[in-house]
Amino acid sequence: MRTNFLMLHTITRIVSFIILSFSIYLFFAGHNNPGGGFIGGLMTATALLLLYISFDIKKIKKAIPFDYSTIIAIGLLIAIVTGLNSLLFGDPFLTQYFEYYTVPVLGEIELTTALPFDLGIYLVVVAVALLSILTIAEDDS
Amino acid sequence: MNNLVLLPVLIPFLMGVILIFFKKNIPVQRYISGITSSALLLLAAYILYVIYQDGIITLELGNWPAPFGIVLVGDLFSSIMVLLASIVAMACLFFAFQTLHHDREKFYFYPFYFFLLTGVNGSFLTGDIFNLFVFFEVMLLSSFVLLAMGGKKYQLRESFKYVVISTFGSMFFIIAVALLYSVTGTLNFAHLAQRISEVDPANNGILTVIAILFFLVFGLKGALVPLHFWLPNSYFAPPTAVAALLGGLLTKVGVYSIIRTNTLIFTHNQDFTLNIILILAGLTMFFGVVGAVSKFDFKRILAIHIVSQVGYMIMGLGIGTAMAIAGSIYIIAHNMIIKTALFLFSGATETVTGTTNLKKMSGILKTHPYLGWLFFIAAISLAGIPPLSGFFSKFALVLGGLEEQRYFIVFVSLVVGLLTLFSMVKIFMYVFWGSPTITEEQKKTKVGKLLLPAIPLVIISFLMGVMAEPVYLLFEAAANQMLDPSIYINSVLKE
Repeated sequence: MRTNFLMLHTITRIVSFIILSFSIYLFFAGHNNPGGGFIGGLMTATALLLLYISFDIKKIKKAIPFDYSTIIAIGLLIAIVTGLNSLLFGDPFLTQYFEYYTVPVLGEIELTTALPFDLGIYLVVVAVALLSILTIAEDDS
Repeated sequence: MNNLVLLPVLIPFLMGVILIFFKKNIPVQRYISGITSSALLLLAAYILYVIYQDGIITLELGNWPAPFGIVLVGDLFSSIMVLLASIVAMACLFFAFQTLHHDREKFYFYPFYFFLLTGVNGSFLTGDIFNLFVFFEVMLLSSFVLLAMGGKKYQLRESFKYVVISTFGSMFFIIAVALLYSVTGTLNFAHLAQRISEVDPANNGILTVIAILFFLVFGLKGALVPLHFWLPNSYFAPPTAVAALLGGLLTKVGVYSIIRTNTLIFTHNQDFTLNIILILAGLTMFFGVVGAVSKFDFKRILAIHIVSQVGYMIMGLGIGTAMAIAGSIYIIAHNMIIKTALFLFSGATETVTGTTNLKKMSGILKTHPYLGWLFFIAAISLAGIPPLSGFFSKFALVLGGLEEQRYFIVFVSLVVGLLTLFSMVKIFMYVFWGSPTITEEQKKTKVGKLLLPAIPLVIISFLMGVMAEPVYLLFEAAANQMLDPSIYINSVLKE
């Protein structure tokens, strides 16, 4: 007999959306307020994991067809290159730069080099968390 | 400020990441890693030259000033260690090209090899004790992967023990760092040294406790008796290229950290700490070599010899004079190079005979004379026969010990030298002497390509012996730099 997961599926669709949007908020809040790439990445990973648990692995793999080990490499590369760009200006590695800009709709925003660095961390954390959990889950199947 | 000192940490990390993209394409991985490790070797030599000429180089990462941010510091000792690590790593890499199974190469051997180098070089160059912890972790995590990869039953069992013990050591490390921070309020090496030297001598018991705690942690990684038990089996399990790499690098990082912390930071109660170090040095030397004498397996003997040699390395620190510490650095250099060469020879022998058990081999000298005689040179160099590097490194240690009237430890070290010679000759007798028992097919096995990475190591050992004078002067300069912490403190804090 097939179990009916209607409740779980419906709630997962809503909840994972909320978690994902909150994780993006956390990601952008980082480096001045609590938040950042690590927390945001972990939260994204939990949202995706919820999808993996309530639907099955094959279905989600169709929806998210990325190779997580490549994403780890991309994330690391983004973080390193962000650090490297300070070498171009003759400053020590990982020196951060920031500037305030006024954009029509959003008003004044702060652009910093910490953001791409955080993006790199975000990708690494998401990919590492999912890769390790999925590797254990797929065992013996 | 000079980004030069960062490069030995950054380049392997960057290359390790790039290699992940080429995980299916093994030839590309080999080319990239071969070129990178050669470049690292040249870079390390250049950095040593610059530091020898101009003095200590520091780099304040992220432009945060010294006691608050993390600094990288390249002094003579650390740059010598980086150079040695690059030599060992390069030899092991080229040996791995020849011997490693394709499955290992596909499962990220090269990326983790470079991450290991990142951790090792970072540990040598960092000037911050928490950062040292981080680089230790980078190094250990990579070594876990390199050890466990392959997944034979024996290998997994031994790697599991290694992981548990290392994690335990890391826990102690972080506790010690926390304790140190709560007492001194800083984590920067130079700042720590400055603050600890200001503490009232009557009231520094807690600092001695912390010093011993750190010594315990690094002793666990450096395999000092009685914390050495994990080493022989876990280094026996993986393939030779990996065993040589880990055996050449990991324990030396522990030794480096012991020497660094005890010459720079914990100088407040040296009568006590250095005596403990000296006692453990004697025990380590002796029990290590006794273990080696009792074994009848090529790789196992070499692995246990690492323990015995670590004893020599910290013996110089325990004696504490410039000559003895120079001897310590000398023996670290000698040992990293010659022990790697010996491991590679054991790998080549294993390729010929298919075993590492001494009793199952005989007479390889007749069929593979070059392998036999190269091994012989490396073996007597390890045992300390002039004019090879082993003699002069022990000579400096023994002379330093006699000058300080530490007769007992000198006596122990000489006995251990004799037993080292005995166990090396034992290998030579069993493996290379006698009448050949190997099959016709094994006789035709070519080992020329396998010997190529090891030959430069033997030559370096020979040159380090023949040109002992300039080499010793370099190491003595490094030792003098370490014995005067104010040089280090001034170049980091710029006062």
